[in-house]
Amino acid sequence: MMKFERYEWLAIIIMISLFIFVGFIQGWSVSLVILNMCIISAIMTMGVNISWGYAGVINFGVMGFLAMGGLAAVLVSYPPIAESWQVGGIGLGISFALLVVLVIAVMYINKTVIQKRNRYILNSLIIFFGILIIRHFYLNATHNIEDVNPAIAGFLGGLGLPIIFSWIVGGLFAAGVAFVIGKVALGLRSDYLAIVTLGISEIVVSVLKHEEWLSRGVKNVIGLKRPVPYEIDLQNADWFINLVTYLNSSKLNNIIDVTDRQQVLNNLIIDGSGIFVKLSYAILFLIVMLIIFYFANKAQLSPWGRMMRAIRDNETAANAMGKDVVKQHLIIFVIGAAIVGVAGAMLVTLDGLFTPSGYRPLRFTFIIWIMVIVGGSGNNLGAIFGGFVIWFSWIEAAPLTTFIINQLTAGLEPTNALKLHLLDSVPYFRYLFMGLILLLILRYRPKGIIPEKVRHS
Amino acid sequence: MIDFLNSIIVLLNFIIIPGISYGSQLALGALGVTFVYAILRFANFAHGEIMSFGAMITILFTWFFQSQNIGLGILPTALLALPIGIIATIILCIISDKFVFQYYRYQKSVPVVLAMVSIGVMFVINAIIRIIIGTETIKFSDGQKFIMKAKQFKVMTGLNEGLALKSSQVITILITILLLTFTFWFLQKTKTGKSMRAFSDNEDLALLSGINPDRVVFTTWIIVGVLACVAGTLYGLDKSYKPIIYLNLVLPIFASAIVGGIGSPFGAVVGGYVIAFSEIMVTYAYKKFFVYLLPSSIEPTGLVQLLSTDYKFAVSFSILVIVLLIRPSGIFKGKVL
Repeated sequence: MMKFERYEWLAIIIMISLFIFVGFIQGWSVSLVILNMCIISAIMTMGVNISWGYAGVINFGVMGFLAMGGLAAVLVSYPPIAESWQVGGIGLGISFALLVVLVIAVMYINKTVIQKRNRYILNSLIIFFGILIIRHFYLNATHNIEDVNPAIAGFLGGLGLPIIFSWIVGGLFAAGVAFVIGKVALGLRSDYLAIVTLGISEIVVSVLKHEEWLSRGVKNVIGLKRPVPYEIDLQNADWFINLVTYLNSSKLNNIIDVTDRQQVLNNLIIDGSGIFVKLSYAILFLIVMLIIFYFANKAQLSPWGRMMRAIRDNETAANAMGKDVVKQHLIIFVIGAAIVGVAGAMLVTLDGLFTPSGYRPLRFTFIIWIMVIVGGSGNNLGAIFGGFVIWFSWIEAAPLTTFIINQLTAGLEPTNALKLHLLDSVPYFRYLFMGLILLLILRYRPKGIIPEKVRHS
Repeated sequence: MIDFLNSIIVLLNFIIIPGISYGSQLALGALGVTFVYAILRFANFAHGEIMSFGAMITILFTWFFQSQNIGLGILPTALLALPIGIIATIILCIISDKFVFQYYRYQKSVPVVLAMVSIGVMFVINAIIRIIIGTETIKFSDGQKFIMKAKQFKVMTGLNEGLALKSSQVITILITILLLTFTFWFLQKTKTGKSMRAFSDNEDLALLSGINPDRVVFTTWIIVGVLACVAGTLYGLDKSYKPIIYLNLVLPIFASAIVGGIGSPFGAVVGGYVIAFSEIMVTYAYKKFFVYLLPSSIEPTGLVQLLSTDYKFAVSFSILVIVLLIRPSGIFKGKVL
């Protein structure tokens, strides 16, 4: 079992006290909102950390894997739309079957035709005409589906299962995409791989944005069912009212007037229901995070983890020792992506809506990487710490900047143009902070705040 | 015959002219990326933001000149402000090198670390731009907008199809030719250019023969600053200036540089045009073209479009992936200036 060093305990205490501090200053609701996003960020960071920290495989496709997880949340939890299946199901089925035939044909040609030039020509011909035929069925079907009640439906819908299953499905989706990317791109040098994964993640998101039959595209999917109770149900539930009354009994007993007392109780119930919902999310997320953390650590300490470190530190030597570097790279890339996919499904679960146009590389790829670098690559606790600290500063940057600007420009008049302009651009200062944090960490603590432990065994 | 001419005009108007001007912008950007890659040996993710920064300074001075009623008549005022933008961009490049990149160069860090560092620089420049100019879309082209309007062309030739020629497109093409000629002349004929090529070919050998690495790096950043500022301004002049766009532009630029063979300037230019033309050609609806060319009995009914315009971006990346799989070194073997 793992043991924490003293500075690691310090990091954990810092994380907890940050939330308590915000809870007292800005309210527990705000604190819990930040906490939930922090946990999700920590899971994403662990996913990237596993491929980058353990094996040195760079993964700049975080955004694409998150989006796949989000798609899983929609496909699992949204109720199926029967009419869409009726008008387009057969067409889609045919085009999918044809696609499989096409792939098999190409594979067959690759195996049987040996001459390189003939192979290229045959392949391009088959792919060209195959796509022409598939397009015919496909466009018809998707067109029909998108015409079904476009204001509220216009896509296939999902399976109507509880959304919590999507966390696993999201991981599988992301793993599937990662397998294809890995097969294609993992042989490349690390900086090429970064650019290629970044580009493919953009392709994934643009597919989700524009294939409306699948994901409803830019029209977004709203109203996904929650895994936790709704506020309005809580406010009418007897047990919840009793709980709030019990917890605040001393405060309520001091109020003598009955109507006043009811008023205060109502407010407490409304506040409490919001907090209760966020707390339930936090507990669910925390369980997932701890499970992943446990297994990630187990894996790192296992012989497999040792082999990964060997591959990372000296690929040639590991290869000479008979380790299949290509295969292991692929495995770890897929595992890392799957964890990111789980986080993506959780993100959509928390929001209750899926907005493909919201996936931007700055927010969903580069920030995650800053978390990894700042936290400490190769250390899972470091990854969690990075996720917490960076997301925390990402959110709290705005109030902090407002405070600093007000202090610095205190001497200026409230209508001063410079002051107004600076206050208007408060939201952009967070990018400045992120960049500076990354540059400072890379310069003065290149292994991250909680560096990887050197193991001698 | 008339139909044939009409179809050619359609192609010229919707594919060739936009392709050349967009390709020029990509080529200038890719050339900058390639210079950093060949001399400093890392993938500079901040390049898009450097372009954006140059365009921003140019816009600020364009506004200043416009308020002073200084202009170039039919030419856009931005051309007058461009030199100032270039100087500011060069200063930005040299500052970021002095305070950030230099340290890692002396440490001999691996390229991935430098790429991470460039992401940090990207964030900082991005923030500076947003703080100074906001995130609104800005149109700053003035002067005469069209050299030839579609209507004029129709009247002139009596054809059905018009050919519009925006002045920003012509300016883009002329400046690109000028800049490319100068860059290649500089690399091939001057002593500094030759030392840069030697440095990119074999660093140790270049150092042994007495080439000052700091000077080579300094010159590189100057060239990169000029190229980035011009590319950014031309892109903004042609479309419109939007700070967020430049982050998305980084990917096609990288694609151009890699497709052409990263590190090879000639490859970067070719790659730029390859990416631009394929993006436009794959997503263009050829219906009009075929209507003119084919007899009316076999006219196409659909749009005759390979992919919808939404996938413009995916096209450049698919090409990148295909090229990397078939010929990993790019069209022209890269790595050497």
